[in-house]
Amino acid sequence: MNSINTSYELDHIEMRQVYANTLLHLAQQNPDIIGLEADLMSAITTNKIIKEIPNQLINCGIMEANMIGVAAGLSLTGKIPYLHTFGQFATRRAYDQLFVSCNYAKLNIKILGSDAGVTAEHNGGTHMVFEDLALTRIIPGATVIEVSDASMLRNLLTQVEKIYGFHYMRTIRKNAVKLYNSDETFEIGKGKVLRDGNDITIIATGIMVAEALQASDMLEAKNINAAVIDLFTLKPIDRELIIHYAEKTNHIVTAENHNIIGGLGSAVAEVLSEHRPTKMKRIGINEQFGQVGKTDYLKEVYGLTKEHIYLQCLEQLDINK
Amino acid sequence: MPSSLEELQHLSDKIRLYTLKELENLGFGHYGGSLSIVETLAVLYGGMMKYDPISPKWEERDYFILSKGHGGPALYATLFIKGFFDETFLYSLNKNGTKLPSHPDRLKTPGVDMTTGSLGQGISVATGVALSHKLSNKPNYTFAIVGDGELNEGQCWEAFQFASHHKLSRLIVFIDDNKKQLDGLTKDIIDPIDFGPKFKAFGFYTLKVNGSSVGEIYHAVEKAKTQSDKPVAIILDTIKGQGVPYLEQLESNHHIRPSEQDHQAITTAIKELELRTGVKA
Ligand SMILES: Cc1ncc(C[n+]2csc(CCOP(=O)(O)OP(=O)(O)O)c2C)c(N)n1
Ligand SMILES: [Mg+2]
Repeated sequence: MNSINTSYELDHIEMRQVYANTLLHLAQQNPDIIGLEADLMSAITTNKIIKEIPNQLINCGIMEANMIGVAAGLSLTGKIPYLHTFGQFATRRAYDQLFVSCNYAKLNIKILGSDAGVTAEHNGGTHMVFEDLALTRIIPGATVIEVSDASMLRNLLTQVEKIYGFHYMRTIRKNAVKLYNSDETFEIGKGKVLRDGNDITIIATGIMVAEALQASDMLEAKNINAAVIDLFTLKPIDRELIIHYAEKTNHIVTAENHNIIGGLGSAVAEVLSEHRPTKMKRIGINEQFGQVGKTDYLKEVYGLTKEHIYLQCLEQLDINK
Repeated sequence: MPSSLEELQHLSDKIRLYTLKELENLGFGHYGGSLSIVETLAVLYGGMMKYDPISPKWEERDYFILSKGHGGPALYATLFIKGFFDETFLYSLNKNGTKLPSHPDRLKTPGVDMTTGSLGQGISVATGVALSHKLSNKPNYTFAIVGDGELNEGQCWEAFQFASHHKLSRLIVFIDDNKKQLDGLTKDIIDPIDFGPKFKAFGFYTLKVNGSSVGEIYHAVEKAKTQSDKPVAIILDTIKGQGVPYLEQLESNHHIRPSEQDHQAITTAIKELELRTGVKA
């Protein structure tokens, strides 16, 4: 069990600032680290650090497919590319390059896909990515992560420098709810049990972790004891932890700011159906495209709220509201 | 029939006015790239393009695809002025549940021929539309606007090779050469060097005009329509934020959330345009 913050307040630092600061720090220690951008530096604030590492940060222009190929070339010659663009451009837009040049060729590339799901807000349907985790998850050998807060992002960006391979990390751009203390440690492939429970387990990622914790508070008021897990690594998945909690609570609900096909819900269902069939519900985007709107509005539209998780848990447990 | 140049100028002022009003009503948006295409939209919707606001899907219409989809607000202002929808609809830009999203959506907005926003895709679709009309021996023109930054995308150049190979002479592509992309000057990010020779080398009938002059744009389109063996590239020499001196000079003017000072300057521009167009506040 981890000590976590339960005030559910936004961290003062934005996720994009964490990316820029961490990239700067890493690049200053290691000349082989090269940041790549596709005309979205001001969106992720790496424009603020370019003066300090002008030879280690390159704006490739609006050419995502080329950028991913360039990253592969950099890796081929021993560099460690850290590449950022919006998640849909890093995956949907340049998928074959991602697949063949990065992964089939087994190169060492770190990708940050920003503006996760509904947080793309006013960029709307063309920019709203509900598929990036599914697309990366089916690539053999890929490591797929959705970070939930600033401490986690900082920690994992630093860790992956030392781990050879393809890492896809999904994040929101602005402030996330602060969940972890700054000295918290994270192990890739191991979920974080944020709250223990006996009656039901909510497994969540990204912005849905804070919603899940608040849903479990609501359930507590009904004397339902819900466990909450932040399963930030979708691949490799923490099979033991999922099975353990299925055995312990018999009911699983997943919650993700992503399509329920191919993302967290699917990943958990794959483990359970093979190893410990368990009744479950998947909360997330279901057969829908994105649209413009404020995050809070879109969370309502797509059912990504604590209330919805709470109701789904009650339904799962056959308890009348 | 095409209107007089004064009428085109008047339309252009009105499009600029309503683009600003629409964005100010929302409080943020892609000011820079919306403003640099205003004169071109005025020429197209002021007579150079066939369309019917009562029946937007009219088969004999010319097609228009805004490949640089983030210029949507300028297109919406134009569609409103031309009667595709009313003013209340215009001010729903980007509101929760809207039919006017940042980037044009063919399924939501009357008069929008194609969904765009992921740069580079619209121009391929425009090429497909032009090919289709050619295959069916139909006279419809296809007009598209691409951004100078958008031309970083390799897909654009795939489309140009294709259009040229298939001699899609009724495809007229405008290049909004406003010298800037999202993070700054194109010459600092991916230097385009010179679009003119590039388009010529790709087999396009290539023209370069002052993109803030409705007259020059108008005559270029007229000229483009007289030839019949090559696709057309009209390079628009424009300024990002065009027509609002304050915004033209603002260094970072791609997506703006106006400060108090910005608001004042934009409000002044709105007042001037209201006076000039006779539109009441
Ligand atoms: C494929 C893709 N990559 C990135 C973006 C994000 N983006 C939106 S506008 C823009 C800059 C476009 O520059 P330009 O084409 O010159 O447009 P303009 O100057 O006319 O605004 C970028 C990078 C996008 N919409 N699509
Ligand atoms: Mg431009």
